[in-house]
Amino acid sequence: MSGLLDALLLSAGYNAALVAIGAALLGFAAGAAGTFLFLRKRALVSDAVAHATLPGVALAFIAMVAAGASGRDLLGLLAGSALSATLGLLAVGWITRTTRLSEDAAIGAVLSVFFGFGVVLLTVIQTMSAGRQAGLESFLLGSTAGMLFADAAVIAVGGAMTVAATYLLRRPMTVVAFDPDYARAAGYDVARIDLAMMGLVMAVTVIGLKVVGLILIVAMLIIPAVTGRFWTERSEHVLWIASLTGAASGYVGAAISATAPALPTGPIIVLVATGFFVVSLFLAPVRGVAAALVRHRRFQHRVHLRQGLLALARAEPIHDRFTLATLARAGLIRPDGVATEAGRAQAAKAARDEHRWDAARRIHQDTALTGRYDGLTPIEAVFTADEIAEFDRLIEGPRIVAASEPVGAR
Amino acid sequence: MTHPALELAARDGRHISGADLADSPLAVRGLTVSYGQKPAVFSLDATFPAEAMSAIVGPNGAGKSTMLKAALGIVPRLSGEVTVFGRPVEKARDRIAYVPQRASVDWDFPTTAIDVVLMGLYRDLSLLGWVRTRHIEAARAALDRVGMADFAGRQIGQLSGGQQQRVFLARALAQNADLYLLDEPFAGVDAATERAIIDVLKSLKAERRSVIAVHHDLATVPDYFDHVLLINVRRIAEGPVADVFTAENLQATYGGRLATAHLGQLVPASAPRTT
Amino acid sequence: MTALGPDFVQFSLTPILIGILAAIACALPGNFLILRRQALIGDAISHVVLPGIVAAFLITGSLAAIPMLLGAAGAAIMAVILIEAIKRLGRIEPGAAMGVTFTALFAAGVLLLEQSDTSSVHLDVEHALMGNLESLVWLEAEGWASLIDPAALAMLPPELARIAAVAAFVSVLLIVFWRPLAIATFDEPFAATLGLPTALIGFALVVVSAIAAVAAFDAVGSIIVIAMFICPPAAARLMTDRLHIQVWWSVAFASLAAILGYVFAGYGPLWFGVENAVSAAGMIATVSGLILALACLFGPRRTRTGRPGETAA
Repeated sequence: MSGLLDALLLSAGYNAALVAIGAALLGFAAGAAGTFLFLRKRALVSDAVAHATLPGVALAFIAMVAAGASGRDLLGLLAGSALSATLGLLAVGWITRTTRLSEDAAIGAVLSVFFGFGVVLLTVIQTMSAGRQAGLESFLLGSTAGMLFADAAVIAVGGAMTVAATYLLRRPMTVVAFDPDYARAAGYDVARIDLAMMGLVMAVTVIGLKVVGLILIVAMLIIPAVTGRFWTERSEHVLWIASLTGAASGYVGAAISATAPALPTGPIIVLVATGFFVVSLFLAPVRGVAAALVRHRRFQHRVHLRQGLLALARAEPIHDRFTLATLARAGLIRPDGVATEAGRAQAAKAARDEHRWDAARRIHQDTALTGRYDGLTPIEAVFTADEIAEFDRLIEGPRIVAASEPVGAR
Repeated sequence: MTHPALELAARDGRHISGADLADSPLAVRGLTVSYGQKPAVFSLDATFPAEAMSAIVGPNGAGKSTMLKAALGIVPRLSGEVTVFGRPVEKARDRIAYVPQRASVDWDFPTTAIDVVLMGLYRDLSLLGWVRTRHIEAARAALDRVGMADFAGRQIGQLSGGQQQRVFLARALAQNADLYLLDEPFAGVDAATERAIIDVLKSLKAERRSVIAVHHDLATVPDYFDHVLLINVRRIAEGPVADVFTAENLQATYGGRLATAHLGQLVPASAPRTT
Repeated sequence: MTALGPDFVQFSLTPILIGILAAIACALPGNFLILRRQALIGDAISHVVLPGIVAAFLITGSLAAIPMLLGAAGAAIMAVILIEAIKRLGRIEPGAAMGVTFTALFAAGVLLLEQSDTSSVHLDVEHALMGNLESLVWLEAEGWASLIDPAALAMLPPELARIAAVAAFVSVLLIVFWRPLAIATFDEPFAATLGLPTALIGFALVVVSAIAAVAAFDAVGSIIVIAMFICPPAAARLMTDRLHIQVWWSVAFASLAAILGYVFAGYGPLWFGVENAVSAAGMIATVSGLILALACLFGPRRTRTGRPGETAA
């Protein structure tokens, strides 16, 4: 445990501190870029982008070796990865636009074909000079051992720039994510904004190759964004929560992995992020499962209560067991199904309210008010007391002949 | 001593005998359906007559399509019962044919007009049945009935909106059902298609089948239909068109959305219409 | 013709057959996955296969094929259920639900792998990802005559029988349940009114896809399986407007990709003067991608027909 504490306080060694900071920045950037991808309902495009980096990395390696360089220069490899990822992205767009195939098919095709080609190139490299390939496979799952300061600097600078760009572009990206047709009509350049968004995703992917590898960077682009969604209905807040969750996952995950040699950084970071996700899924007050269950039960209760009261008012037999149970729990019927005093009174009110709504529709031509009828909204919430009195006068006016008591006597 | 409001409520109550239910092609009791926290349909009661053409009418968002889908079991209901010819809808599927709103399919799907109609013969073919000449002939006959016999081999995306609607109607005809449920069959179709469809529906009635359609065009209700259900989340009114399709009921259904002049055109005060 | 002599039967015949059968087993359900816009479920399944086999290894302690395959199948089915649960409970769109589930499970698999005692037994991550088609050889064969020699046949690689059985199973299911599958895929509400169990049909399709993926991954690795699910059926979709013809095209394209991919991987480098072969699985995926690209450029039915009502009456 003290090892973990040391790691969290950045005193577990130079490499560990570097990795932790780098991972935190990466997580922040991934949460931010991933939020818009998620809002735009294109989460898995990140998978295609990530897998499409492989051929670029391999080709960059081959090119650098052919040019006499060491073949392990991070910037060179990342440049190659960005290039092939861009090609992959363009291919997805092209397939979706020009053929009848849907976007998921395009994503899957690009993902698998580019990755397959990348695998072919990896085996080519293997034959070129045995042993040299070992560095490239680390891009699949990430490898933070022996991270150089230069590497961490690349990640830090790249991450910071990505975050800044995301923050600056957040308003146009949100409008486009929510309703692209509206955005187009309002004058936004949707194509450019989409491009910018994908560019940010690409930047995060490329930066993350070293820390978590291409297969797991997708996790960092999706999981924090989804986590953020559970806590709020406002997209700007989703952005903040996703970024912070991503950063926390990166930092804590890197710290945990520093405490033992058999704990690889990438997977631990992803699992920490997943932990945040699971907690949010169940416990978040806005959209979490627990909250939704409570809301649904309350809603069911209201519906059955009202239906039950209306049935009582009409002296109709009630068959639905849930309705009977709801009425009984509220003390409105006796165990034998006969209405109690309170039940009769409330049933009468429910029936009267239905007639009041009918009267309202005749008197008020304004559907903003009468359109609020949904069976459950109380009429007092929509109309004033004297308006309701007007409805009552209409109901009990001379047209009604069936009342057995003179009007006004109670 | 009863409260006056309860007296009023008792007048509202409908006590339908068992015999009525068994005849009615579609009867709904206390149906409530909601998407999320707002009921789309609340405590709806309706009993449709047999061998008649019935319309379900109401403003947008009034729950008309929802009611049909809940009646068919396509969307889950929060409460209420649905019977088809007196039996629960799950047990009466072989007597119902459904023509949905056109939006739900992928128009690029690899299927032709006659393929779609053959889907209606699924009951007959079941899993492994071989498609025989009589199936093809039945499918062609259905297409012919809607005027699409020449388009049997066309991929559905190559048809116009009206033609697509006719193909889906042909699919329902192939099912040889006793009750036809249609969701806005005339929405977005050309005049020729509308004439073709209404002719087919009237011939169904002549064959002693029942037709219930969600209908969007108030002007044609008295011409096309015998029976109407006016709905706006709840049942506003229901009954023969001549009795129920009145200015007052329409006003109650649509709120202020109908200009009175327009209303006058819809419901002339003169002799009841015959269909 | 030394190219198709005894060497071919020993070293290339079985890998090519296994490749073809794996490709077909995946392409068949892939047709419907694409039409239902569920193509990426193959992506999800392929990624969760890793944690499945790791879990199986940790539980049984053996690397035998059957426990591995059961573990993979179990993981795939569990993933599908989790995805559905997350979709409904969290009201999240399908792509994101899939993304969360399979990346988290994959991370768990990698972690378990690193944690387990791999000193005694070697579970190769790269093998799981990229397969080892080239090593599924039939050394006991002596030439084409061995095809009718029971002793030699008994020494065929077991992967061949497994993938053949799965491919046959998938084909039979497809034939028997063709109609409900087609109707439910085309118009789900209509299928429900016919009384077809549409939710069950959808689930069964995914389960069968998982079984095909698991059987194929043994030979071609998990990531490449996605290519087989998607590229041949996608290319086939651009060739025709009839569903059953589309399925035949997908089988043809899958077989072609398997054959050409293997040949290019094995013999291609020789044409460039390089001795060693390259990854057969990777090359098969690449070839299937090239076929798809050609279909996108030249397929007779490649374009969308447009929104309903826009074409002439």
